[in-house]
Amino acid sequence: MTDLLPLIVAKYNYWLYVILMMIGLYAMIAKNNLIKKLVGMNIFQTAIILFYVSIGYKTDATIPIIQNAHGGQGAHSAVIHAADYINPLPHVLMLTAIVVSVATFGVAMALAVRIYQRYQTLEEDELRMRLADIGLEE
Amino acid sequence: MDNTPALIVIAPLLAALLAGLAVWIEERLSYLIALTGLAISTFSAVKVLMQVIDSGTIQYRMAGWAPPMGIEYRIDLLNAMVLLLVASIAFLNLLASYKSVDQETNDRPGSFYTIYLLFVTGLLGVTATGDLFNLYVLIEITSLTSYAMVALGDRDRGPLASLNYVFIGVIGASFYLLGVGYLYLKTGSLNMVDVANILSGIHGSSTVLVAFILCMIGIWIKMALFPMHVWLPNAYTYSPVAFARIVAPLMTKVMVYVMIRLMITVFGFDYVFETLNLADAVVWLATIAVLAGGVMALSQKNLKKMLTYIIVCEIGYMVGGAWMGNQLGMTGAILHILNDALMTFALFLAVGNMVYRLKKVDLPDLQGLFGKMPWTMAGFVLAAFSIIGVPPTCGFFSKWYLILGAFEAGAYHFAAALIISSLICAVLFFKVFEICFFDPMSEGHGHGDSHSHVTIEEAPVSMLIVSGLVSLSLIVAGLYSGTIVNTIILPFLK
Amino acid sequence: MRFLGFIIVCLTGALLLYGTGEFPDWGDPDSPASTHLSNHYIEKAIEETQVPNLVTAVLADYRGFDTMFETAVVFCAGLACFLLLRDFSQKKERFYRHTPTGVILHVKDSKKTLKVGKEFEHMDKDWVPSDLIIKTVCRILIPFIQIYALYVVAHGDFSPGGGFQGGVIFGSSLILLAISYDLKTLVRRVNEKVIGIFAALGVLIYVGIGVICMSMGGNFLDYSKLAPLVPGDPHHIRALGMLGVEIGVGIAVTAAMAIIYINIVSEGRHDEGL
Repeated sequence: MTDLLPLIVAKYNYWLYVILMMIGLYAMIAKNNLIKKLVGMNIFQTAIILFYVSIGYKTDATIPIIQNAHGGQGAHSAVIHAADYINPLPHVLMLTAIVVSVATFGVAMALAVRIYQRYQTLEEDELRMRLADIGLEE
Repeated sequence: MDNTPALIVIAPLLAALLAGLAVWIEERLSYLIALTGLAISTFSAVKVLMQVIDSGTIQYRMAGWAPPMGIEYRIDLLNAMVLLLVASIAFLNLLASYKSVDQETNDRPGSFYTIYLLFVTGLLGVTATGDLFNLYVLIEITSLTSYAMVALGDRDRGPLASLNYVFIGVIGASFYLLGVGYLYLKTGSLNMVDVANILSGIHGSSTVLVAFILCMIGIWIKMALFPMHVWLPNAYTYSPVAFARIVAPLMTKVMVYVMIRLMITVFGFDYVFETLNLADAVVWLATIAVLAGGVMALSQKNLKKMLTYIIVCEIGYMVGGAWMGNQLGMTGAILHILNDALMTFALFLAVGNMVYRLKKVDLPDLQGLFGKMPWTMAGFVLAAFSIIGVPPTCGFFSKWYLILGAFEAGAYHFAAALIISSLICAVLFFKVFEICFFDPMSEGHGHGDSHSHVTIEEAPVSMLIVSGLVSLSLIVAGLYSGTIVNTIILPFLK
Repeated sequence: MRFLGFIIVCLTGALLLYGTGEFPDWGDPDSPASTHLSNHYIEKAIEETQVPNLVTAVLADYRGFDTMFETAVVFCAGLACFLLLRDFSQKKERFYRHTPTGVILHVKDSKKTLKVGKEFEHMDKDWVPSDLIIKTVCRILIPFIQIYALYVVAHGDFSPGGGFQGGVIFGSSLILLAISYDLKTLVRRVNEKVIGIFAALGVLIYVGIGVICMSMGGNFLDYSKLAPLVPGDPHHIRALGMLGVEIGVGIAVTAAMAIIYINIVSEGRHDEGL
């Protein structure tokens, strides 16, 4: 246990993301309501975004926008130190992932609306009953 | 600068957008635009395949940046083959779909073509790309379009099947994304070849192991390997037939391609088969998948659903072959990507023709089809023989390689499962043939037309021509499988 | 199912945590992720692309191909919502309010319509009395939000921002209009056909710029080949290319946001909703 504690403290961001991801995954698998499942899906995807963004972090570094780049005379004379700026790549990747997750969420919501229009419910067990009622089995 | 590699993917994307615009101007235009886009794509794919066979791997730098800074397309023999397969099947299916799209999507065929083209763009991009994250984005395009398409099918079950597909699909894609994240954290790169070079120095790392497992599970979920197949049968059964015809042959096969690409190019044979001891377990999993797919197919009453379980079974063949760890098995798996795509396409074309006339394809509905739709049934029989593995058809040859590979690796259980499942398929298809052969109407009085039932006639010519062409290609692919293996697969595996 | 789910979740969590064992510490500047590609981007991007915001430089140039497909994903989501939900059938019943008296008329026959004008106004099934404060505040806010959105798109090269962010902000201004007034007001202002065309057009601008680069003899999306076509300093051509691309992204995202919102809240009937 004494060994584990410093390990967790040094990498607590990764532990947090794993816990968040487990919460989301559990909601996706175990919840009965389709909207709750969708919320679980969002938590799950957000956890991954947290993971990626924390990869990009560097201690003592600032956001990846070069300062004074076009500002006046000595613009390019100043040498850019890589250690001063955090890694831009994970942020780029996550911009893409955010957009993908929003798009998926939108489509899933549209599907939920369609299901509600047809069956008047979003509870999985009730849906199963409705399906059995009209002679369609799982 | 030769832009053909990019054109394979860009042409359908551009066509998708133009078709989307054309919807608001003249609905009919969108079909022509779609056809043109896919024709250009297929043509480019042929050209690229020729180039690769002649002069080796092609690299194409997107935006002109050298890898690993930018994204590169890296097309070798395997890519080029799968690209041509995807583009040509998409093109042929579009040719056959004109009438059935009108029938099934009631008022919005134009938007249907847009989504269809985006789906094909996604598949082509997945196949062509040499960048791990780009692969993820493109997988998401294919998934998102499939979610929409599945929901457009059956009114009662489509949206439900689709939402289930969303949940499982998102888990699969996210696992893959996490795997890429672990790899990125360890290597700092996203380019496949660059990652492979860095990985060769850190094979023992537990992070790499977890990354590998995550990527594999993600891809397996997407390709519906048993027991992660639960989304597939409903999703494919309830989607519109014009889409089922393309998603069934291509989606899972492209995912098998991704798995092989990750195993060979990114992680490397040495890592997968020597550092890790997972091969035996995966071959067992594939064995179970083959048997389970066959057994579940037996218990189905709907023809379309029965075929989807056969897909689950075929996935087992390819995964087992790829994980055999020897050249014969891998050859069989790659050849089976090609053959299975063609066979499934031929089967679903025939089913599409039936759906076009019959509206639903529960097994009892098929009675007397041999008499009513002889040409469709001829195509169906040929495809079925190929799935069973009857010699001159292509299905026989890939199974042959798979069995040889299994014997070489000592995986006798896999070889046995392969033979048993072939027998199950034979039983299954002969059951269907038997139903189709007897005509319930001819048993009554001689004049069938006085009955109130609708007379069923042969499907439209455009659908029949494509169906016949693809069915014949099964025999052609079978006869030339030696050539394919020698010019494409063996040089690739060297 | 719950128990099985719990086991799966625990196994996944354990697997992921096992993998973190060999991770470099959080914020370690010498980790492979922060050195291999990242240093090149940080040190060379401004020289190669003239864009100080490195995220934009990587997003729209080095990995511009990804971003193009990302925009296609947004377009695809909009199209999917439209296809899944849009219902062109006439609504069966309508509600009108007689403005001078406040009497509400419920017309059940779909063929009968009342002339909307001084005497009668359309209303939703649940009538919310118009709130002058909310409407006025939102009416003042919306133009500023839109200007800010344009700024975020245009200034994405130099400060945090870009096409997606700007597009989402612009889309939110449209949604605010629908919330503060009602959906009919929004649908009247932004025609369905127009946003449909804009969604495709936005992605088309992106792909089109790439294709122009190709026809100018460069690789796909290689902005440096655009120099002969654009007046001004050829030195900044990559930054300009990125700006063009970001504008396309902004248009597509705005339109897709509006399509998704309108279709989901009104269940595809485009009449009433939140």
